[in-house]
Amino acid sequence: MNKYLLELHHISVSFEGFLALDDLNLSLRSGELRAVIGPNGAGKTTFLDVITGKVNPTIGDVVFKGRSIVGKHEHHIARLGIGRKFQSPRVFENLTVFENLALAVSSNKKPIPLLIGEVKRKDKDEIHHLMSIVNLQSKENISAGSLSHGQKQWLEIAMLVGQNPDMLLVDEPVAGLTDEETDMTADLLKSLAGEHTILVIDHDMEFIRRLNSQVSVLHQGSVLCEGTMEEIQRDSQVIEVYLGRPEEGQP
Amino acid sequence: MKNLPKSSRWFLLLIWITIIAAIIAAPALLPVFRLNLLGRYLSLAIVALGVDLIWGYAGLLSLGQGIFFTLGGYCAAMYLQLNSSSDLPNGIPEFFALYGVKELPFFWEPFKSPIFTLIAIWLIPALVAGTLGFLVFRNRIKGVYFSILTQAALLVFFNFFNGQQKLINGTNGLKTDVTQLFGQMVGSDSMQRWFFWLTAIIVVIAWFFARWVVRDRFGNVLIGIRDDEPRVRFTGYNPTLFKTIVFGIAGGLAGISGALYTVQSGIVSPQFMTVPFSIEMVIWVAVGGRGTLLGAILGAVAINYAKSLVSEALPASWMFIQGGLFILVVTALPEGVLGWLQSDRPRNLLTRLGVSRPVSTYPSLEAESKQEVKK
Repeated sequence: MNKYLLELHHISVSFEGFLALDDLNLSLRSGELRAVIGPNGAGKTTFLDVITGKVNPTIGDVVFKGRSIVGKHEHHIARLGIGRKFQSPRVFENLTVFENLALAVSSNKKPIPLLIGEVKRKDKDEIHHLMSIVNLQSKENISAGSLSHGQKQWLEIAMLVGQNPDMLLVDEPVAGLTDEETDMTADLLKSLAGEHTILVIDHDMEFIRRLNSQVSVLHQGSVLCEGTMEEIQRDSQVIEVYLGRPEEGQP
Repeated sequence: MKNLPKSSRWFLLLIWITIIAAIIAAPALLPVFRLNLLGRYLSLAIVALGVDLIWGYAGLLSLGQGIFFTLGGYCAAMYLQLNSSSDLPNGIPEFFALYGVKELPFFWEPFKSPIFTLIAIWLIPALVAGTLGFLVFRNRIKGVYFSILTQAALLVFFNFFNGQQKLINGTNGLKTDVTQLFGQMVGSDSMQRWFFWLTAIIVVIAWFFARWVVRDRFGNVLIGIRDDEPRVRFTGYNPTLFKTIVFGIAGGLAGISGALYTVQSGIVSPQFMTVPFSIEMVIWVAVGGRGTLLGAILGAVAINYAKSLVSEALPASWMFIQGGLFILVVTALPEGVLGWLQSDRPRNLLTRLGVSRPVSTYPSLEAESKQEVKK
């Protein structure tokens, strides 16, 4: 068994000549919590699109659990154990909280068993457990569309956890959340690390600092540097492209 | 539907009681001519149920349901023609003589069997729909491009059927009213009464079946596909398979609908595959209420019945009324009549008119107070 769960080798993605990702290399150990930061246009979202199969890399290879996953369909990659949380909360607004979670938790994702079978006892327990983690028990039968923004973010995280992926890709989980919710989200992600491998993308420096993890800085489609938050903040290149010069003050 | 408040459930029950009472009373109250019309419109409700499944739930706006409807109709008509042609020269249906055909084309052969026919009526349209759907969905063709493709397919089928005199009597179609079934004329009053009953029962069965399809996670995946297909993919579901299956189911329902319609209208012809007819199917569902199933049935029956009444009184005006109805629904009642009745807007309207008292409608208020009661 390889010691890395996910490896990206020399990934380049070109959109009609524009290089969104340029020779990007990144490896994640099993159980690691990793934060990725980068200025706008650094290729953060494309980077997630490549891992989840939405975009195929022009050059390079993505290896998950020792196997290449380039060219596989999104649902296939999701079943292999990569879950993704989107930037803006994407839950199924016309379904209830319970139904949203039931789709995520369902162990069989083929149409016929889903058509014939009912939600299993075990899955129901899991759904109630997830609702209690994200504090949505009282909203079980309410359509997800009528939840608040923060509740939707949490529902989506619960759905992600319910999929029970080995690898969680979390894109800006705290956008639009209150400080309190942000802290709770950071604690939740930290508690999930270890059992799951987590990759978080965000702009929010305070939030990243709270995660207390290794940080990779993306710039112009490749990794500029890696290290702890302190190391990153001392790196002169990073200061120049992302954090701003020290005399301009901390963001 | 399962999350409806209690008052809505009662309301739906009331509608059902009304429908069943009407179906039972109709043969006694209506002259055979009217009963036959009602039977035809009930059979159209079945194709509308399929349109609701694919459009109301999965968001697939098909403008080509006429293909599957007509295929079902031809299956039924071919059996009936063969069943009544044993005394004719060569033992083949009469029209073949017009084109000098002496031998039955090979694909007619299995339709000598009633059991094969009963299966073919839904299976052939379902397979055609499934195959067509799979090719389209696999290439991730969605939205308006899907609609255009289905309409193009409809025109292809229409032109093909229109031109095949030697195979299926081309543009003239196949008549069923003068054919025999169980030793009786299919077009006779007593047979037509039986077909009315059969249709009414099958509509109810089709409704239960459609409800069963969407009752749980399968239906929820369809709604997910309609609202956010990429999200469904990233949750680990393959939308192509789900869409193919539901499109096949809708095709099968359309086939059954077409067969029942054919035996009650007395003929099947490529005219069933004209563009306006397939678009009308969508209008019935839009007016009745998308994603409500019952709305599709009510829409199909009510609009068609209104159409025949209006056309009798004011022959030229129906198209204007239908167009106006569609515009009204799209602009004022996007969830259709039944969807509107089920929402809280009628209550708001009554409140505004001073008939009823205002209530707190924020959903979480209700749920939270229930939670407290439990504690």
